[in-house]
Amino acid sequence: MNGWQLCPLGDSAVRIQFGDQLDETVHRRLLTIADQLRQHPFEGMEECVPAYTTLTVFYNPVHMDYADVEQRLTEVLQQMSDAPVQPGRTVEIPVCYGGAYGPDIEFVALHHGFTVEEVIAMHTAAAYRVYALGFSPGFPYLGGLPTALATPRRATPRLAVPAGSVGIAGVQTGVYPVETPGGWQIIGRTPLALFRPWEHPPTLLAPGDTVRFRAIPSEAFDAWAEGGRTS
Amino acid sequence: MMGRRDGAQIAPSCTRDAPAVARVRAPGLLSTVQDLGRTGYRRFGVIHSGAMDRVAAQVANLLVGNHPAAAVLEMTLTGAALHFEQEALIAVTGLGLATFVDGEPAPCWRPLYVAAGSTVSFHPLPQGCRTYLAVAGGWMVPLWLGSASTDIRAGFGGLAGRPLRAGDALPIGCASERGLRILAALKSKRTRAPFAAPLWRVSWNALPRYEINPVIRVMEGPQANAFTVDSQRAFFTSPFRVTPQSDRMGYRLDGPALSLSRPLEMLSEAVTAGTIQVPPDGRPIVLMADSQTTGGYPQIAQVASVDLPRLAQLRPGQTMRFAPIGVREAQRLWRQQVQWLRCLTAAIQQAF
Repeated sequence: MNGWQLCPLGDSAVRIQFGDQLDETVHRRLLTIADQLRQHPFEGMEECVPAYTTLTVFYNPVHMDYADVEQRLTEVLQQMSDAPVQPGRTVEIPVCYGGAYGPDIEFVALHHGFTVEEVIAMHTAAAYRVYALGFSPGFPYLGGLPTALATPRRATPRLAVPAGSVGIAGVQTGVYPVETPGGWQIIGRTPLALFRPWEHPPTLLAPGDTVRFRAIPSEAFDAWAEGGRTS
Repeated sequence: MMGRRDGAQIAPSCTRDAPAVARVRAPGLLSTVQDLGRTGYRRFGVIHSGAMDRVAAQVANLLVGNHPAAAVLEMTLTGAALHFEQEALIAVTGLGLATFVDGEPAPCWRPLYVAAGSTVSFHPLPQGCRTYLAVAGGWMVPLWLGSASTDIRAGFGGLAGRPLRAGDALPIGCASERGLRILAALKSKRTRAPFAAPLWRVSWNALPRYEINPVIRVMEGPQANAFTVDSQRAFFTSPFRVTPQSDRMGYRLDGPALSLSRPLEMLSEAVTAGTIQVPPDGRPIVLMADSQTTGGYPQIAQVASVDLPRLAQLRPGQTMRFAPIGVREAQRLWRQQVQWLRCLTAAIQQAF
């Protein structure tokens, strides 16, 4: 594919940049290359980390120096120009909106002059693309929040946001996989575990997935939590 | 799996019925089980973690006959106090703590035989930040995603995903045959002291150059050129101080504020230990072993991997300067360090 640039990220990683604009087609290409590298790793390659417009490849310089890695990656990138792009999965995430699970949903509704029901309808109607996982294990950087729902972060971050919380921060929406401090506007919570270190892969989502949120009543949340992971 | 005894799967020479443990009498400020980290899970947002001073951790393991990547205890600024119910072979490396066995000063950077019933404790020294305690057989915590390292923020790995607490029992694995030979050799030379150690120690010449105000070598970061010429110059000419808001995740530095030539709209991308990123306040942050996997701040530089152990031993208040190094040279130094660890392995294999 055209339009990529290699540069070292220190002595044990290479950063491949594909333009600087958020673009779904570019992201698909980048994930295809990541898959290809994972299936055919070069000697000393440790892992590759996709983000929005970059793919960062980590390696052990005992096996190969930067010039060799650069040459090897250039070959792969040139060969991959016409590779078919893998479609991602669609993952449905049940969310209990509002109430104790989503304490900021009324703020979000008021901020835009919507009703709570309208916020839920808009948040569940959209399809979101997972661009990267980061910030905490399994945390998805999602694209596709309806711009009408974009809401500034809380003025004061919470010291502890419970695992499973679904939030909005600016034009981003996401789900907290583990309890962490955070300043996002919390509108709901999912009973699904996004980080599951006892499984492989250890996360519910992967870059390239499409996420859809589905509203569930609070009784369903409790049943889900008690019954364990039923899907 | 049926009928297999805990800890018995590691070394065939192990004949214990139950794993030995070290009882934690005092935990120290921040003591965590670490190995060389979790490789291969960054794309899931799982941090690499692992020992901050990877050289000290590996040397500690080699001294007790372990694989260099076995689990060690990393202690920060203050030490733990551990009671060994059974005899053990241990090694203390790193900087910042003086070692005591039953109250008697014991040497570091060499193997130590400790008798059953001994208590190993530590006293803080004026310099250095992280001390490693290895035990022959390694600390036997469950592996999560292939690693024994503690991820405190995500709450998994190590001992129950958290730092040590008083009352914890740290299980000890079964020593390798070499570990057993070192233990037997030292034990036979023990006099009336509660411990026995060889006369030699790992030479300072072979270790990273630990310094109070080090020069840290860095490569250009992907966004280095987005900074003003003055800021790029100040980065290399001014000292930067480690602030108290520094931890295993990153060191926040105090120095001249660094600014961009013009605002930079950045999408998050991969970062790693040694990445120096600059948030809008202009104060650089050096990401360390518990670095998050992705970051959205401009990256001015990347620390050479061989200098991360030297950074790991700095404590708040100490200053550093940065000097440029090329990727090729940084990789050459890395190979030299690996080569040196191989030499140490060979020397220990010859001696025992």
